[in-house]
Amino acid sequence: MSEPVGESSGGPRAGPAGADVAAAVAQAHRRDWARVFASVARLTRDLDLAEECAQEAYAQALRVWADTGIPDRPGAWLTTVARNRALDVLRRETWLRRNLPLLVPEESVPGPEDGLADDDRLRLVFTCCHPALSRETQVALTLRLVCGLSTPEVARAFLVREATMAARITRAKKKIAAARIPYRVPSPDQLAERVGAVLDVVYLIFTTGHTAPVGAALVRRDLMDSAITIARMLHLLMPTDAGVTALLALLLLIAARTDARLSPSGRLLLLSEQDRTRWDTRLISEGAGLLADALRRRPPTRYAVEAAIAAVHAEAPSWPETDWSEIVSLYGVLRQLWPSPVVELNRAVAIGMSDGPRAGLDALAPLLADPALATYGYLHAARADFLRQLGQWQQAAVAYGEALMLTDNEVERAFLIGRLDEVSRHQPG
Amino acid sequence: MAKYMILIYGDAEQWGAMSPEQQRTHEAAHAAFRATAGTRVLGGEELELAPTATALRCDPDGQTIITDGPFLETKEALGGFYLLEAADLDEVIALARLLPEVRAGHSGVEIRPVVEYG
Repeated sequence: MSEPVGESSGGPRAGPAGADVAAAVAQAHRRDWARVFASVARLTRDLDLAEECAQEAYAQALRVWADTGIPDRPGAWLTTVARNRALDVLRRETWLRRNLPLLVPEESVPGPEDGLADDDRLRLVFTCCHPALSRETQVALTLRLVCGLSTPEVARAFLVREATMAARITRAKKKIAAARIPYRVPSPDQLAERVGAVLDVVYLIFTTGHTAPVGAALVRRDLMDSAITIARMLHLLMPTDAGVTALLALLLLIAARTDARLSPSGRLLLLSEQDRTRWDTRLISEGAGLLADALRRRPPTRYAVEAAIAAVHAEAPSWPETDWSEIVSLYGVLRQLWPSPVVELNRAVAIGMSDGPRAGLDALAPLLADPALATYGYLHAARADFLRQLGQWQQAAVAYGEALMLTDNEVERAFLIGRLDEVSRHQPG
Repeated sequence: MAKYMILIYGDAEQWGAMSPEQQRTHEAAHAAFRATAGTRVLGGEELELAPTATALRCDPDGQTIITDGPFLETKEALGGFYLLEAADLDEVIALARLLPEVRAGHSGVEIRPVVEYG
């Protein structure tokens, strides 16, 4: 087997402790998996073989780094080891190639748009998010191949059985090979459309982590981190793309509030209740800077407007001092760019903040008939809150009860039960 | 290079209801598709309507059953096909976008890779 290049920071006798090595490998997995895998995939033109070689390189790092020390550039070390292993396998005539065509290489087509980094990771992302794959498949493949999550981890994130997820991923890899979904960055005329799909996938991964649909944890930090990692990578590789910049800004501005969303007892805290000193000011200023950059470049996109809304919250000194009329008008822009019942709901809530609970209830009223929101707990929770503020205890209790029936997230349920108890105490009898 | 089949599906009633003017536009779009695809087109035909189809299956005893009509009775029936050669799926998608059936509301196309042996 070929030896990896790259200097080590320590000699064999000064090998680092096992825990340090494990931590270094874990860090290299988070930071460099996409680079290692994507580079090998272009060499092997076979996703399964590339995965096998990349995983083997990480396993080898665990063994070798304990003796040789942790290399200065772990990503380069891992890429070299994985590629060497792939070359070994490809050279061996005994290796039986499955009866499938290979990934379509870059050479047959024009190169990427000027200014786009020629990077294997971008090829990989665009392949995973190809429009010929279903959205759920795009998300699964992105988590599996770009973020390096295991199949059970991906299955858990989206509440499907492991066998189902494994089958979905296998089917997708087969389609990529058999239908020859190319391994490349799309041509300039297709780029805007294709970047849009990538951004939607990344945002979906993030929101799944931000409010885990079920279970004891309100937040799946790992999924949020995965989404931010991809967004940062995309921004690094496509620094002039306003859509990418806006999405990264949005993710950072929302992530900045994560630590403040739970009380010490694990209760969900509304924006109005959060301790703003716990917001991550570094993420907020990075997000705000990116947003300013995105807004300079182009007419605002959906994600830019959502980031602008998040920025208004992030920069408000307190809940009452939030610029609610600005938020109402931003939702007015957003409903044009991205009409959705949830946007209407958020706008109605902002109107309530801006003009009082009575105005909020009036704005919510037409949404009660929207079938898309019928099973959406937040609608009832928002309505309940306005009713509570107006002292309409009995109606508030009914609305909290409705909201409770519609969420399975235990932290949200605990919050709603607390509020229900509070308004119930005001009721006669 | 790989081979792909483009299967054209649509509502035969709506195809039949095209005015002569619409038919000319439709045929011109197919001509433009063939001109753009050039030698990548290996074959392609328009098919007679689904009611002209004859389907063959067999019953549990192995007796051949011949039935009048298409294999699947659907509103959107197979109306024609192209067999193409292309480097990858993106190339086929770019060409297929030119087909008039992609733009008409009642019809669409399906791209299927052809299995290559050897």
